[in-house]
Amino acid sequence: MPDLITSIVDYYNYLIYVILMMIGLYAMIAKKNLVKKIVGMNIFQTAIILFYVSIGAKKGATIPIIQHGHGEGAHEIVPSVIEAAEYINPLPHVLMLTAIVVAVATLGVALALAIKVYNRYETLEEDEILAQIRET
Amino acid sequence: METIISIKPLIAVLVSICAVPLLILSKRSNIRETWTFVAAGAKFLIIISMLPAILNGNQIVYTLAEVVPGAAIKFRVDPLGMLFALVASSLWILTSAYSIGYMRKLKEHSQTRYFCFFALALSATIGVAFAANLLTLYLFYEMLSLATYPLVTHHQDKEGRASGRKYLTYILGTSIGLLLPAMIISYNVAGTLEFANQGFLAGTCSKGLVTMLLVFFIFGFAKAAIMPFHGWLPAAMVAPTPVSALLHAVAVVKVGVFSIVRVLTGVFGIELLSTLDLGLVICVAASFTIIVASLIALTQDNLKRLLAFSTIGQLSYIVLGVGLLSPKGMTGGILHIAMHAFGKITLFFCAGAIFVATGKRNISEMVGIGKRMPLTMAAFFIASLSIIGLPPTGGFWSKWYLVLGSLEAHQIAVLVVLLTSSLLNAAYFMPVVYKAFFCTPEESMFEDKVQEAPAFCLVPLMITAFVTVMFFFYPQPFFRLATMVVKGITGG
Amino acid sequence: MSQHYPALLVIVPLLSALLISIVGWLNKRFCFPIAVAALSVSLYSSVGLLLRVMDEKVILYFLGGWDPPWGIAYSVDHLSALVLVVVSVVALLNLIATQKSVEQEFSEKIGAFYTLYLLLITGLLGIVVTGDAFNLYVLLEITALTGYGLIAMGEDRAPLASLNYVYMGTIGACFYLLGIGYLYISTGSLNMTNISSILPGLYDSKVVLAAFIICIVGVFLKMAFFPLHAWLPNAYTYAPSAVSSLVAPLMTKVMIYVMIRLMLTVFTPAFTFSNLALSNSVVWLAVIAISMGAVLALGARDMKKMLCYVVIAEVGYMVGGAWLGNRAGMTGAILHIANDALMTLCVFLAVGNIVYKVRGYAFEDLKGMFRKMPYTMTGLVAGALSMIGVPPTCGFFSKWYLISGGIQAGQYGFVAALVFSSLINAVLFFRIIEIGYYEPFGADHGHGSSPVRMAEAPLTMVVPLLIVAGGLVMMGVYTGDIITHIIEPIIPPAIGN
Repeated sequence: MPDLITSIVDYYNYLIYVILMMIGLYAMIAKKNLVKKIVGMNIFQTAIILFYVSIGAKKGATIPIIQHGHGEGAHEIVPSVIEAAEYINPLPHVLMLTAIVVAVATLGVALALAIKVYNRYETLEEDEILAQIRET
Repeated sequence: METIISIKPLIAVLVSICAVPLLILSKRSNIRETWTFVAAGAKFLIIISMLPAILNGNQIVYTLAEVVPGAAIKFRVDPLGMLFALVASSLWILTSAYSIGYMRKLKEHSQTRYFCFFALALSATIGVAFAANLLTLYLFYEMLSLATYPLVTHHQDKEGRASGRKYLTYILGTSIGLLLPAMIISYNVAGTLEFANQGFLAGTCSKGLVTMLLVFFIFGFAKAAIMPFHGWLPAAMVAPTPVSALLHAVAVVKVGVFSIVRVLTGVFGIELLSTLDLGLVICVAASFTIIVASLIALTQDNLKRLLAFSTIGQLSYIVLGVGLLSPKGMTGGILHIAMHAFGKITLFFCAGAIFVATGKRNISEMVGIGKRMPLTMAAFFIASLSIIGLPPTGGFWSKWYLVLGSLEAHQIAVLVVLLTSSLLNAAYFMPVVYKAFFCTPEESMFEDKVQEAPAFCLVPLMITAFVTVMFFFYPQPFFRLATMVVKGITGG
Repeated sequence: MSQHYPALLVIVPLLSALLISIVGWLNKRFCFPIAVAALSVSLYSSVGLLLRVMDEKVILYFLGGWDPPWGIAYSVDHLSALVLVVVSVVALLNLIATQKSVEQEFSEKIGAFYTLYLLLITGLLGIVVTGDAFNLYVLLEITALTGYGLIAMGEDRAPLASLNYVYMGTIGACFYLLGIGYLYISTGSLNMTNISSILPGLYDSKVVLAAFIICIVGVFLKMAFFPLHAWLPNAYTYAPSAVSSLVAPLMTKVMIYVMIRLMLTVFTPAFTFSNLALSNSVVWLAVIAISMGAVLALGARDMKKMLCYVVIAEVGYMVGGAWLGNRAGMTGAILHIANDALMTLCVFLAVGNIVYKVRGYAFEDLKGMFRKMPYTMTGLVAGALSMIGVPPTCGFFSKWYLISGGIQAGQYGFVAALVFSSLINAVLFFRIIEIGYYEPFGADHGHGSSPVRMAEAPLTMVVPLLIVAGGLVMMGVYTGDIITHIIEPIIPPAIGN
C-alpha cells in the first residue's frame, strides 16, 4: 500500500494527464451533442500537451533563459558554465507550442464542420441527425 | 540437342495481339476479315517455320523479362508445345473462315469485338503452348480465361450472363483458389518454376505435400473439365458455334489438358509420380469423368450439349493417357490432343452449319436432315468415327495407343473403361447419323432438295473431315512429335 | 540545385498553395496551371531523388544547416524515395484527370480547393521525407486537417462524415504524439536515426514497449486498420470524386509507410519482431481485416462504398505482410504500397469519370457503360484485374510475395485470407462489369445494333486513366527490377530468411 501511494505521488503528473485523457475520450464517445464531442477532443489533446510540459519540469530549476542583463553588475550574471539541471527543459515547451497550434487549428476545422452540419440538419444532436439521415 | 535462342516464339504469340488495333480500326468488314486471315496465316507460318528445328530434336528458347527474381516470362518451344501450337494455329485459320459464314448469315452484332477477342484468345493459347515455366503458363492461362469471356457471353442476354457467371466461377475460382497457392507453394519448396524433363519437384517435399499439390493442380486447371469442375463447359454452349468449335473443342479445353500434361511431366515428373503411386489418383479422376460424361451425353437432346459432354469425356482420355505413366499410354494421350481436336471441330462445325441452314438445335428435330445436307452429315459421320476411335480415321491411332498403354501398364481396369467408353460414344453418335440418313419420307422433317450451309461454313468442315481421314494414313507430324515428347520424358 | 531536392519537393507545393489562395481570389483560371507546375517540380525532384538514392543509399538534408539532433533532418533512403515517387505521380495524374470534375462540382471554390490539394500533398511528401519524429507529427496533422477540409467539400453527408473522421484522426495523431513523448523520455532525442542508435540498450524497458504500441495504434487509427476503420467508408464515399481519387490511394499508403518506418528504422527489426505475441496478433487482425473488408464490400450498395471496403482489405494485406517478419512478406508489403496506390487510383479515377458523366455512383448508373464509355471501362477493367490479382498486372506480383511470405512464416490463415479476398474481389468487380456489359437487356436479344451512343468523358479525364492502367501492366512486368534495385536494399538483413 505505501508503495502504491508513493508511486501515485511520484508520478502524479502522469495520472492527471491520463485522467484528463479519459475524460476527453468519454466526452467524445458518450456525449451526443457535436460541440461537446469537439470539446472532448480538445480536452484529449490538452491532456497530451500537459503530459509533455510536465516531463520537462525539474526540481528546483528555473526558467530556461540565460540572463544577459543590462545595467550595473551585468558582466557578473552571465555564468561561464551552464548547468543543465538548473534550467527546466525548454524543448517540450517548444514542441507543445506547435501542438497547441495544431489543436487550435483542429478545433477551428471541427467547429466549421459543425456549422456546416447545423446548416444542413438544423440540429447539433447526433441522434437527431442520424434519425434524419435514416429517413431519407 | 541444342537450344536455339530466337524471338520467334514471342512473335508467334504477339502476331494476333498486334492485329487487334488493325481490326478495331478497319472501316469495312471485309478489311477486318482480311486482317484476321493475315494474322492467322502469319501465326501458322511462324509456327511451321519452327517445326524443322523441333523435329531435329532441338528446342527454341526466348526470355522476355524476369518479373520475379527466379522466375521469368520465358518461352520454350519443344515437341509438346509445338504439337499443340500447330493444332491451334491451323484450326484458327479454318475457324476464321467458318466464323465469316456463320456470323454474316446470322447478322450477329459486335463482330469486331468478336474477332478481336478471338485474336487475343489465340495469342493466349500459343502463349500457353510455348510457356517455359509455370508462371508464364499461369499468365497466359488467365489471359485466356478473360479473353474468352466476351466470346462466351457474346449475345449479352440473360442466358449469356448466367453462363458467363458459371464460366468465370469455375475457371477463375479454381485458378485463383487452387492453382495460385499450388504454384506459389511449389516455388517456395523447389525454388524454381521451370519445367524440367524429370519434373522439378523431385526430392523436395513429402508425399503428403506432393499429393496435395497434385490434386490442386489437376482440379485447378478447370479448363480440362475434370469432374466435378466440368459444369462450365455445357453452360458455355450458349456462345456462337465458331466459339464453341474452336475454343471449347480446341483451344480452351486443350489448354486445360495441355497444362495438366505439362505439369504432370514437367513439374512432378513421371519418376516421382510412379514412385509415389500417384498415377492411380489421376487415372481414377479421369476414368470417372470419362464414364459419367459419356452416360450424360446419352441423355442430351441439344446437339451442342451432347458434343460438350462428349468433349468432357474425350479430354479425360488425354489425362488418362498420361496418368498411365507408360510410354505408349502417354503417346496415345498426347496424340489424342491433335486427333480429338480435328474430329471435334468438325462435329461442332456441322452443328453450327445445321443451325445456320435450318435453325435447328435439337437432335429430335433433325430427323432426315441427311437428305437436305448430305455433305455436312457425311462429315459428321466421319468425325464421329474418329471420336469413337474406328478406322479409317485418325482417332483410331490415339485410341490404339491408349489401349496398348493400358496393357503396358497392366491396368486392366483402364482398358475396360476405354472400351466401355467407345461403346458409349457409338451409342450416342450413331443414332444421330442413322436418323439423319435412314428414315422414311413421312418421318423426315425436311424437304428433299439439297440446301447446304453457305460455302464459308461448308468448306472448312469438309477440310477438317478430310484431314481426319488423312491422319489415319499419315498422322505426321503429330505422331512424330508425340513420340519425341515421350522419349524426352522417359529418356529413351 | 539537385542537393536541395528534399527541401524543394516540400517547399514548392507549400508556397504554391499560398500563392494559389491569393491568385484564386483574383482570377480563377491561373489556379490549375500553378498547381500543375508545383506538382511537376515535386515529381521531378522525387524522381531525381530516387535515382540519386540508388547510388548513394541514403541522402541526408539538414534544414537550415542545423545538425541533428538539434535541427530537423530530412533523410531519404530507398523506401522514402519509392513512396515519394508514388505520391508525386498519383498527385499529378489525379490533378490533371480531375480538373473538369472540379470545375463541375465547385466552380466558385476552385482557389480554395487547389490550395488545400497542394497543402495535402505538401503534408504527404513531408511525412515521407522527414527524419524527425516530431516533425512527422506536424506534417501528419497538416495532411489530416487539409484532408478533413477537402472531404467536407462533398455532398450533403460529407461534413458529418468528415467530422467523424476528425475525431478518429485526432485520436490517432495524439496517440502517435504520446508514443513519441515516451520515446523522448527514454532516449532524449527526436531524430529517428538517433533514437534507433540509442534504443538497443533499452529494449527490455516497458516504456519503450509502451511507446511502440501506442505509436503503432495511433498509426493504425490513421490508416483505417481493422478494428479502427469505421471512419473510412463514409469519409471517402461522400467526398467529392476528385478528392476520393486523391486520398484513397495516398493517405492509407503513406500511413503504412510511417508504420514500416517505425518498424524498420526507429525500432529496429530486432525489437519489432522480438515479441511474437504482438506480431501474431497483428497478423491475425490483418486476416480479419482482409476478410471483413471483403465481406462488407459484398454488402455495399454503391460503387464508391464497395471500393472503400476494398481499400480496407488492401490495408490488411500490407499490415499483415509487414508483420509476418520475413523478407518475402516485407517485400510484398512495400511493393504493395506502390502497386495499391496505382490500382486504387485507377479504379477511383474510373468511378470519377462515371460520376462526371452520369452524376451518380450507384450500381444502376453503370447500365450500358461499356457502350457509353468504353475507354473508362477499359481502365476500370484493368484496375479490377489488378485488384483480383491477374498477371501481368502488378497486383498479382504483390500477392505472390505476400502469399510466399505467409507460407514461409507458417501463417496459413493469412494465405487463406489473401486467396479468399482475391476470389471475392473477382465477384465484386465482375458484378459491376456485368452491369456495364449486359444491361439494359435489348429486346432483340443482342442481334441488332445498339441504340446507345458513345458518350465518353473528356480527354483530360480519360488519358490519365489509361496511362495509369498501362502503368499497372508496366509495374507488373518490371517487378523484378523494382524489387532488386529498390526494395531489396530497404529490408535489413536482420529480418529472417
